[in-house]
Amino acid sequence: MLELTVISTLNGVLFGMLLFLMASGLTVIFSMLGVLNFAHASFYMLGAFFGFQISRWFGFWPALVIAPLLAGAIGAGVERFGLRRVHKNGHVAELLFTFGLAFVIEEIVQIIWGKSPVDFRVPPSLDFSAFTIFSTNYPAYKMFMLLVSIAIFAGLLIVLKKTRIGLIVQAALTHPHMVGHLGHNVGRIFMLVFGVGTALAAVAGVIAGPALVTQANMAGLLGPILFVVVVVGGLGSLPGAFVASLLIGLVQTFAVSMNGSLSGAFGPLGPDYASTWLADIWGVTIAQIAPIMPYVLLVLILVFRPMGLLGTRDT
Amino acid sequence: MTEITSSAAPPLPATAEKLKFYGLWVTAAVALLLLPKIFGSGGSLTTFSLIGISIIFSLSYNILLGQTGMLSFGHAVYYGLGGFLVIHAINIIGVNKLPIPLPIVPLIGGLTGLLFAVLLGWVSTQRSGTAFAMISLGVAELIASSALILRTFFGGEAGISANRTKLLRMFDWNFGPQIQIYYLVAAWTLIAVIAMYALTRTPLGRMCNAVRDNPERVQFVGYDPHVVRYFAFCFAGFFAGIAGALAAINFEIANSAYLGAVQSGTVLFATYIGGVGFFIGPIVGAIFVTLLSLGLSDLTPVWQLYFGLIFIAVVVFAPGGITGLLMMHRPLLKAGTLAKVLPSYLIAFVPTLAMIAGLILSIETIVHYTVNPGDDSHIKAFGVSFDAASPYIWAMAAILLIGGFLVARKTWTWVGHAWDTATSVAREKGIAA
Repeated sequence: MLELTVISTLNGVLFGMLLFLMASGLTVIFSMLGVLNFAHASFYMLGAFFGFQISRWFGFWPALVIAPLLAGAIGAGVERFGLRRVHKNGHVAELLFTFGLAFVIEEIVQIIWGKSPVDFRVPPSLDFSAFTIFSTNYPAYKMFMLLVSIAIFAGLLIVLKKTRIGLIVQAALTHPHMVGHLGHNVGRIFMLVFGVGTALAAVAGVIAGPALVTQANMAGLLGPILFVVVVVGGLGSLPGAFVASLLIGLVQTFAVSMNGSLSGAFGPLGPDYASTWLADIWGVTIAQIAPIMPYVLLVLILVFRPMGLLGTRDT
Repeated sequence: MTEITSSAAPPLPATAEKLKFYGLWVTAAVALLLLPKIFGSGGSLTTFSLIGISIIFSLSYNILLGQTGMLSFGHAVYYGLGGFLVIHAINIIGVNKLPIPLPIVPLIGGLTGLLFAVLLGWVSTQRSGTAFAMISLGVAELIASSALILRTFFGGEAGISANRTKLLRMFDWNFGPQIQIYYLVAAWTLIAVIAMYALTRTPLGRMCNAVRDNPERVQFVGYDPHVVRYFAFCFAGFFAGIAGALAAINFEIANSAYLGAVQSGTVLFATYIGGVGFFIGPIVGAIFVTLLSLGLSDLTPVWQLYFGLIFIAVVVFAPGGITGLLMMHRPLLKAGTLAKVLPSYLIAFVPTLAMIAGLILSIETIVHYTVNPGDDSHIKAFGVSFDAASPYIWAMAAILLIGGFLVARKTWTWVGHAWDTATSVAREKGIAA
């Protein structure tokens, strides 16, 4: 039990930090531009596929740097030539634009890399077990993922809290119009923030690619969870996104490792009910409902605290 | 008091207008009746049925997006649940020999959609805007994932099927042949379209518009925007359920794809491409998108990419959709200045078409090299054969794409100028643009 708890906590924190890498970019973009970037998970996927391709040509370490830069450049281009044009048509049009973009990116990835998973492997220099805990070998690559996420998290914190750029971004989180009135080139800030946000998502993609499955549907699988994180944390709240990322990471990881079910707790159903739909509910294990846990959490949050855990602003 | 009511209420329509209005509906009904006489083949009847279902679904979606301003990413939940319940209902009715004929079975789907909208809607509609969009997405994922867990009811990946011909017969129709299904779908489409049009004319429909445009003002007047959104959501769920029921009857199967994100995305595409600003928009969009998805899939293997590109193009260049584009020209037509714009359109269309041709050529060439690089390089797309390996084709694609773009950008500014002069003339004549 202790072993399970320790390993699951490690994995949960790791997944949570990965989620936060994406959710932070998404939150900052949302706060500044007022648009929830539906294609954010697509940039995570682009990062993974760029990482795969570049690591084939030049190795993993260059890929870790080049792939996010590439994805960030694409993101900045999307903001400059796409979103900015749509901006005058309102937020719905912007959201729909990113929705269409997510659809197109998935199609393009399918065309270039196919529908089946690509063979994106952990680099040999990290392919060993970091430590053994209760007879479980914990892979070094996972520790590397954790370290990268924490390093970026710390870097982001320092940039946001200690630099002038961070000051402007922070100001734009709460008073986007005032920042413009103070004479900052809001257009360029927006483009930069969009580029950095998508690059962060791409970093998450590059480091998650070898550990998870790099496939054309990875954006579709992760995207909704990402939006759950942002809504549960409170739209536009960076600390909220952090708390929600860790919460959902832990909830999902713990749920996957649990095998309990109602029939395990209360004994099997009577034979009369064995073939009814009640049997499905009775027999389902916690591990099986792990994929819907984030959405259950979302509905619960909406019922009891509609603006999210740490959210203050109503959209 | 009488003065206020007489100035606030619109004047009663003249007889001629009334005649025009009811004539339109009668014409639509007659057209639906005669359509199978003109296009009688099985394939076209199936297409018509799909279009009818898509029209109901898209219009129900527009109650949310167009009328009330709620962007939903999970409307297929109510469509799918309606479909599943109807399949179960047909099976139960068939086994127990209940005296319920097939034509009223779609009502069961509608009531299912309504029930789930009543249950899920209150939480979902608490907030509008982006938050509502995300919540609808989350709720949709919740239902779609749960459908895969509750295998007995939803049939897992394979879905559940039913036999629609085993029900009580009406007028000696067993609803086996597609023509009878066509008439069933056509009748329900007409009823649903009339009902949804009538809904937009009710005080509730007007309050929905008000909530869309200015929720704060609605609160001042004394209405709760949340309640108005909730009612709109319930109506949308009801009609989506009818559409899902008809789809389930048409295919005699319901599976988890009915509830999924793809279905929700398709209805969003259809509604938005058609145009959310007008009642007829989703109808146009449903016809266009259904025909497009059926037609494009024959022409090219990567039709979904084109589909996405068309959607993005509509969002960027024509936020009003197809109907919005057409309706923009109405004041010009009234003022008689349309002729000023048309020549510049003709000029602009040539380079634009060249650019699109270049884009298609490049996409198809790239697809050839990435998807099936080993195959013969003489490929066929959109009915045109060309050699994807030939440098001439590459050069032509590049020239068409880049040259077309540069020229098109120039010509569209001309269109803009011509448009401005034409609208200002129209405005001088007292016709609001």
